[in-house]
Formats: sequence, structure tokens, C-alpha cells
Amino acid sequence: MMKTPYVELKNVSFTYESNPVLNNVSLSVEEGDFLALIGPNGSGKSTLLKIILGLLKAKGEIKLFGEPISDFQHHEWIGYVSQKSNAFNSGFPATVKEVVQSGLTKKAGLFKPMPKDAKQKVMEALKAVGMEKFINRRIGELSGGQQQRVFIARALISEPKLLVLDEPTVGVDIKHVQSFYDMLSELNKKHHLTIILVTHDIEAPFNQISHVAFLNQRILFYGSIDEYNLLPKEQIYQWYGHSVRAV
Amino acid sequence: MIEAILHYEFLQNAFLSGIIIGFIAPLLGVFIVVRRMSLIADALSHVTLAGITGGLLLNQHIAALAFFNPIYFGIAASILGSVLIERLRVLYKHFSELAIPIIMSCGIGLSAVFISLANGFTTDVMGYLFGTVSAVSRQDLWIIVAIAVIVLLFLTIFYKELFVLSFDEEYAKASGLPATMIHFLFMIIVALTIAASMRIVGILLVSSLITLPVAGAMRLSKGFKETLVYSVVFGEMAVIIGLILAFYLDLAPGGTIVVTSIAILIIVILCKKAVQKGAQQ
Ligand SMILES: Nc1ncnc2c1ncn2[C@@H]1O[C@H](COP(=O)(O)OP(=O)(O)OP(=O)(O)O)[C@@H](O)[C@H]1O
Ligand SMILES: [Mg+2]
Repeated sequence: MMKTPYVELKNVSFTYESNPVLNNVSLSVEEGDFLALIGPNGSGKSTLLKIILGLLKAKGEIKLFGEPISDFQHHEWIGYVSQKSNAFNSGFPATVKEVVQSGLTKKAGLFKPMPKDAKQKVMEALKAVGMEKFINRRIGELSGGQQQRVFIARALISEPKLLVLDEPTVGVDIKHVQSFYDMLSELNKKHHLTIILVTHDIEAPFNQISHVAFLNQRILFYGSIDEYNLLPKEQIYQWYGHSVRAV
Repeated sequence: MIEAILHYEFLQNAFLSGIIIGFIAPLLGVFIVVRRMSLIADALSHVTLAGITGGLLLNQHIAALAFFNPIYFGIAASILGSVLIERLRVLYKHFSELAIPIIMSCGIGLSAVFISLANGFTTDVMGYLFGTVSAVSRQDLWIIVAIAVIVLLFLTIFYKELFVLSFDEEYAKASGLPATMIHFLFMIIVALTIAASMRIVGILLVSSLITLPVAGAMRLSKGFKETLVYSVVFGEMAVIIGLILAFYLDLAPGGTIVVTSIAILIIVILCKKAVQKGAQQ
């Protein structure tokens, strides 16, 4: 029996005002995949994620968990850490606990209170990113990397089926990057969490990733990590170089 | 004081309204301030003034409307203003703050025209500009109670969604929350609160009751809930002390309430500084 893909894109194109960004992108992400989405700056990676999340409307066919995106209601199945999540107003009076707990809002549902075990879930999510000691700190008083880890906890708390991460390790130090990737691969392997990770990280856990997509307005490569590793290095440099000239 | 309150209905009206407003204005104010919408509150209060002066003018000229409470015109104008601001913010996407001066000048301009068309209601207008202790009617009080119930219901029902929306709008949308709808309701609630507060503190000072207690609260609090609590405490202190001063010194309550709020804010800032210095030594 064929499984329905979690994310299925067919001929998706997108233009900002008059600036074409994505051109006939087709891609599918299946349950259990750990997809690295790579490509040069400005190649449309963040844009593609925003389209998948329903933040931008694009041409083409987009299905989430088998449903057309316009009918999709279960956003709590998707956890999201945006590229500029720590660009919030740093004077905002909220504690780490309040921020992480807010990740349960959609799951709890409109007109319903937060679940009774919310506090315990906050603790678990913070432990997963090693931030449990900071639970009562004001969010703006943390360092950039610590904030980023809090936002990852906010994405994990609703126990999503799909985790969408846009350069989540920017500003996170090497030690924590490593433990963060270990955590991702554990979530992926043990808990079958499906992951889409946008990264520029050469240190990214390329041995734990299952698939790679190389995007530059169109998909230049999509395949398993083994296929990616067989690509000649010159080919990859050429894809990057090509784009540098295009920019 | 207590005796006087028990004795005079107008004082009961003023104090009860004041206590209600001292609660809801700073409470809503927290959301307004963290969303950087304080100036919108100011613009809306001026639009409310246009509604009220328009209403007073109709009271004068159309016999059938003579006893129609001008607050209703204020509420309608305020809601209309909030919808217009949203429209303009979308229209001028990259200069969304432009919506504020446009709506604000509209409100002041219309008010000036209405006031000069009817030169007979100067004392009424003074009451609406700077607040009043003596002119709050039972009917005003009931309108304020009704608005407070609506505001509190809204904040309780949508608290968790409002928090997400205030903290991170993109995340709210990505989570599939009905962000646009909640924001629209929020604007209407802001409009209602401004219309309700204006009877006591006056149009020109409404936004200070919405923002000053929050400014003090944010210096002391760690979290969001704490900010809500401190804001209400400071708001109530300002209103109660301000009304007592207004009554005894025969001053406009808007003025005394705002001056009290500013005094509280200064004390909070100084105390915080002193504590920080102490901690460093
Ligand atoms: N809000 C916007 N309005 C107009 N153009 C935009 C907007 N956001 C992005 N773009 C353009 O769209 C293109 C793709 O941007 P996008 O953010 O998706 O790139 P990216 O692959 O995520 O890059 P990076 O690696 O730098 O994060 C870029 O050329 C950018 O200039
Ligand atoms: Mg990006």
C-alpha cells in the first residue's frame, strides 16, 4: 500500500511582486523522511517553507497530509521554527514558559483552555533542548542562541508529525549545534518525526539525513543522501557558482 | 469621602465607572502596548470625540434625538475609525503608521467643525475632553458595565490566541490560528474600551490610562501574566487616587488621574533603579 506523502508539491511557482522566486517546483516528503533543503542565498528556500505553511499563496498543487492546502486544518501537526524567529521585540514581557506553552495554542483549540498537563509538557520540551533551567527567565534576557532553542522547544511541544526548520542553528554554538542535530536525528529515528531542514551548515548531520533537495528557483537535485554523496563535488560547486553569477 | 459617595448618586456613578475603567483599560493596554499600537489608541480617541460632538450637535438640532446618549455616537465613530485604520494600514503596507495621522486629523477636524457649529455646549465638551466627576449618569454607568463585560469575555476567551498573535504574528498565522479575525475583533474591543473610558478620563487622556500603567508594569514584571496584574494594580491606584483628588480639589479627573499615573510611573522607575544599584554593590 502506498503511504500518502506528508507534503506533496506539484509544479509550484511563486513570484514576489514581479520577482520570480520559484519555478515549477515539485517535491514530496514522506513519513519518516529527514530532508535537507539546501541552496544559495536567495534561492527561495524560506519562500518554499512559507508556502508549505500557508503563509504565502503560490500557483500549483500543494497537498499536506493528502489534503489540498486550502482544506487543511491540522496545523498543530506541523512545528515551525522560522529563520528570523528571534527577531521579536526583545522587550516583550513574557517568560520562557509562556512562550513555549504558546506552542500548544492551536492544539488546545479555539474556545478551549490550555491542557492541564501544559506545565509538564513545557518542562519536557525545554529539557529536549537543554533549556529547562531558564523556564522562568524573561525571553528577551536570553542570548540569541538560547532564544533559538526556546523557539525549537515551542515547535516541539505540540508533538508535531512534521517539523519545519529554517536555519535553526544560526547563532547556536558548536556544542549545542551537535546536540541539537543529535536530538533531531533521535526524534526522527525513534519517534518517526518527519523533518524538513533548511541549512547552510556544512557540519549538518549529513549522515543522519535521509534526503537532500538542492533548490535554486527550481529543484536542481532531489534524491537520497546516498545519491547526493555520489555527486561529483564540482557539480555541487557549479550549482552554487551558477547562482552566484545569477545574483 | 465614603459618606459623600453613599450620599450622592453622581459620585457613585463616577467611582464605579472609574473602578471598572481602571481595570479594563490597562488590561487591554498590555496587548496594545506590546503590539506597538499605542498611537492607534490615541487616533481612535480623537475619532470618538468627533462622534460625540456630532452626537451633541444632533441632540441640539433634532428634537427626536435630544435624549439620545452621545456615547453611542462615540462608540459608532470609534468602531468605524478602527475599521478605517485597518483598511489604510493595508493600503499603505510599507508606511502603515501613516494610517494614524490620517485618522487622527480626520477626528480632530470633524470635532472642531461640530464644536464650532454648535456653540452652546462648551461645558459638555470640556467634560468629554478632560473627564468629569459630576456628569456621569446612571445610563453612562450601565453602558460602561456592558462594555466591560464584553471586553472581559473577549480577553478570557481569546487569551491564548491573543498572546501568540502579540508575541509572533507570523507564527500565529503559520499555526493556522484565525489571526485576521481575532485582530479585527481586537480592534473593535479597543474602540469600545476607548469609548467607555472617555466619560471619566476624557478623550485626550484615554490613551494615557491605556499605556502609562503598562509602562510601569513592564519595568517590574518578568512574564506576561505578571504584567497584566501590575498594570491593573497601577491603573486602579491612578483612578482611585485621581478621582479623590479631583473631587476634593475640584479639578478635571482626567488631569488628576493622568498626573497620578505619571507619579506612579516615576516612582516605579526610580525604585527599580535603586534596586538595581543595590544589587550591583
Ligand atoms: N517579502 C519579499 N518581497 C519581495 N521579495 C522577496 C521577499 N522575501 C524574499 N524575497 C526575494 O525572494 C528570493 C528568495 O528569498 P528567500 O528568502 O526564499 O531565499 P532563501 O533561499 O531562504 O535565502 P537565504 O539562504 O538567504 O535564507 C530572494 O531573491 C529575495 O530577494
Ligand atoms: Mg531563508
